Amino acid sequence: MMLAACVLIPAAVAALIAACHRRPNLREAVSLAGAALLFFTVLSFSQAVLEGARPRLLLGEMLPGLALVLELEPLGLLFALIASGLWFVSAVYSIGYMRGNHEANQTRFYVCFAAAIASAIGVALAGNLLTLYLFYEALTLVTWPLVTHHGDAEARRGGRTYLALLLATSLLFFLPAMAATWWIAGTLEFEPGGILQGKVSGTAAALLLALYAFGIGKAALMPIHRWLPAAMVAPTPVSALLHAVAVVKAGVFSIVKVVVYVFGADFGREAFAWLPWVAGFTILAASVVALRADNLKRRLAYSTVSQLSYVVLAAAILTPLSLAAAALHIVAHALGKITLFFAAGAVYTAAHKTEVSQLDGVGRRMPWTFAAFGIGALSMIGLPPAAGFVSKWVLVSGALEAGHWLALGVVVASTLLNAGYFLPIVYRAFFREASGEEHGEAPLPMVLALVATAVLTVLMFFFADLPLAFARKMLG
Amino acid sequence: MLEHVPALQVALPLVAAPLIVLVRSRRFAWLATTVVSYLCLLFSIQLAWRVAASGPVSYAIGSWPPPWGIEYRVDALSAFVLVAVSLTASFVAPYAQRSIAVEVARDRQYLMYAMYCLSLAGLLGIVITGDAFNLFVFLEISSLASYVLVALGQRRQALMAAYQYMLMGTVGATFYVIGVGLLYLMTGTLNLVDMAERLRAVEDARPVLVALAFITVGMGLKLALFPLHHWLPNAYAYAPSMATAFLAATGTKVSVYVLLRYYFTVFDPVPLFSHLPTEEVFVALSVAAMIVASFIAVFEKDVKRLFAWSSVAQIGYITLGIGVDNQSSLTGSIVHLLNHGVTKGAIFLLLGGVALRAGLAALPLRSLAGLGRRMPLTAFGLVIAGLSLVGVPGTAGFITKWYLVLGALERGWWWLVAAIVGSSLIAVAYVWRVVEAMYLHPGDAGAPHRREAPPAMLAAAGAMVLLCVYFGFETGFSVGGAADAAAFLLRGLR
Repeated sequence: MMLAACVLIPAAVAALIAACHRRPNLREAVSLAGAALLFFTVLSFSQAVLEGARPRLLLGEMLPGLALVLELEPLGLLFALIASGLWFVSAVYSIGYMRGNHEANQTRFYVCFAAAIASAIGVALAGNLLTLYLFYEALTLVTWPLVTHHGDAEARRGGRTYLALLLATSLLFFLPAMAATWWIAGTLEFEPGGILQGKVSGTAAALLLALYAFGIGKAALMPIHRWLPAAMVAPTPVSALLHAVAVVKAGVFSIVKVVVYVFGADFGREAFAWLPWVAGFTILAASVVALRADNLKRRLAYSTVSQLSYVVLAAAILTPLSLAAAALHIVAHALGKITLFFAAGAVYTAAHKTEVSQLDGVGRRMPWTFAAFGIGALSMIGLPPAAGFVSKWVLVSGALEAGHWLALGVVVASTLLNAGYFLPIVYRAFFREASGEEHGEAPLPMVLALVATAVLTVLMFFFADLPLAFARKMLG
Repeated sequence: MLEHVPALQVALPLVAAPLIVLVRSRRFAWLATTVVSYLCLLFSIQLAWRVAASGPVSYAIGSWPPPWGIEYRVDALSAFVLVAVSLTASFVAPYAQRSIAVEVARDRQYLMYAMYCLSLAGLLGIVITGDAFNLFVFLEISSLASYVLVALGQRRQALMAAYQYMLMGTVGATFYVIGVGLLYLMTGTLNLVDMAERLRAVEDARPVLVALAFITVGMGLKLALFPLHHWLPNAYAYAPSMATAFLAATGTKVSVYVLLRYYFTVFDPVPLFSHLPTEEVFVALSVAAMIVASFIAVFEKDVKRLFAWSSVAQIGYITLGIGVDNQSSLTGSIVHLLNHGVTKGAIFLLLGGVALRAGLAALPLRSLAGLGRRMPLTAFGLVIAGLSLVGVPGTAGFITKWYLVLGALERGWWWLVAAIVGSSLIAVAYVWRVVEAMYLHPGDAGAPHRREAPPAMLAAAGAMVLLCVYFGFETGFSVGGAADAAAFLLRGLR
């Protein structure tokens, strides 16, 4: 029952927000209260799940033999915790941003936002592939109004790319992959050890994996990454929570789920042999694009594309350590990237600047924002004392253990590239002379939010054991 | 009383029609139509329940025992289609009052109701009868009534559309009756069950094959099987809203039923599918419909025509199951009779409300601008029904697609899987043109303020939208019934 509440709370919040659309203060209060309630509901499961419990709830039979099921396992719990916890932070941030920028249609914005969280939690809690697919598609659809929020020609174009790529991949590849899995395995349940073991092998298995890897377009594996920069036309809180956390993490989370619970960790590496190459290429190519992007949000978007493929790469190596790294990186990247986006939105709100080349000296005027940005950047590069270091460390250990030199090379090269496109921003902001109008920090809610996520990024470095425990538990 | 339900199922709407013409009161006409529609739904549910409990129901008209007299016969397939048809009717009837009041001239409104009742009687008769010639009679009743329904449209093009529809429909009906004539010559019986047994003795005879060809083409015309679909877009676009919704949800579906009935229960399906290129023909035509008609819909400017083309494409899904010819695919086909009926019915009912509030006879795509603000519930309903057309999980359309994909996989036809999902991708394109028009194009400054369709219309349309979602989650009746029907059809093949 409490499990259903996890999906129902944000859904109810969406309905409540719609109901009190005439009273903005009440509306925002509902958002905040709902987010806090959701976080603590999810948190209340963590002890039991760590001890090995797998709370399960049958929602009903959708097709003969195919039910809609919610089930909480460690990886899902980790994702749900991140999504709900950061929802609270970004609800605080949104208040400052939406009011500071006098955005229109704020009620629709908050309704869709809550609905998106409901879908993301649904993905996190999905007990079988069909349930996951259901919420995955819902997530695409409810985020579309957020991407096209401004309603102008640019938003329409971005919205089209967004929807076309995400729906096309899920219809063309994900659905057939799921149907084929059902046909081969006779079940779509997520089971430790996988359901395809011994039932499919060789080229067919590699093909099926390809259908999943490219069908889950939200993981933004190249060449299916274009929707992510296109989605940057959305207001920044959307880019921050959805396109750095909920939506993209739903993508890589689904891939890890499929790898661990559909194929199984002992599936045999042959079918997976091609995936590190694609992931590695995506990591490097996206970094090169980010290096050349002047628009700050675009640079962050390509950085996201690159970082998501770390998760795919880690999952594809298929050792216990690397799979744990995949889980850890979902958390680490979420904390770091949301900080960066929050900072980008704060710069836009306070200084109306969107390009990297305009950022000279902004750091001196907005010291809190750019201190946080610096921590986020460290996390992306993978330097202590930030969360990114932890996941990268585990990933490197996993690659070494497996003797996977390709992965190792990619990690080293991309670390250099990451430094190459993040450090100049920090340098510019603090060490160049400012010009133009004088301005201070962004509104207080925004600064509070981005400082909070920066602190969390650092805390995860010092308390890495906790997420690591979940990640280990995932493999049973 | 209860044993006469099969006869009442048809007789009730059949009697209501002349009564309506005699009384000529609009209020009575609407009341009679609504009551009849609800009773028909009750009867069909009762029949479906009886069939599920104790096998096929046979009813001898006038107590003349079959095969000499006319037999009404309800089996798993016809029970399912009866429910699907009368379910739609029970939503269209309460909707009709306000819609007809605006769209049809006052002195002709009673005609609209009378024709609707006749059409309903004909459609239910086609499904329930076990007699080949009686089927033809009901086919003509429903078709003639449908021509009038289309012709009563507001615009002058409606007459042309009805004329076109009538020409094609008459050719179709004639072809059907020629086919039945040949079968009668070869078997000496018109009772379908009897005919099936006697046909086993004259397998592969040329007249039987010719009869098969005539019936296929004849019903192909009626069900708008690609490339025999030319009458459909105009008829749907120019007919009054309630007629479009009713015909789109039921008319073509019942014709598919006739095809299924002949292919799987009258002819011997084994040689039909092994000696003749039945599979190839149906798969090729269906895939062509799914792709070509969807593409045309993408470039269509008129909203009703856009969804009419989408119907041609969706009929392709239904006939595809015949070509793939296994349990999963036929389940997909049959369940889509219901799922698509509910989805398209909902869309056309909603569009009727839009046309009413906009005061327009035609609905060009740009007239939807700002609909998300003007009629938020209607617009949202269109989005949900549109998603069901695409086949997004959680909607009825997904269920169909799942079974069709499984059917194709079981045959090992990967390219067909690609065609199915590819066509739903094109559906995304045309549905999204509508969604963008509603939400991302601001309406004119002078456009009327927020005003939803009249409550009765909105409620009926909304209920159908809810059904789109309901049948996406709760498939006990829809898939259960369709799977039973598919198993019933395939028992000859095993």
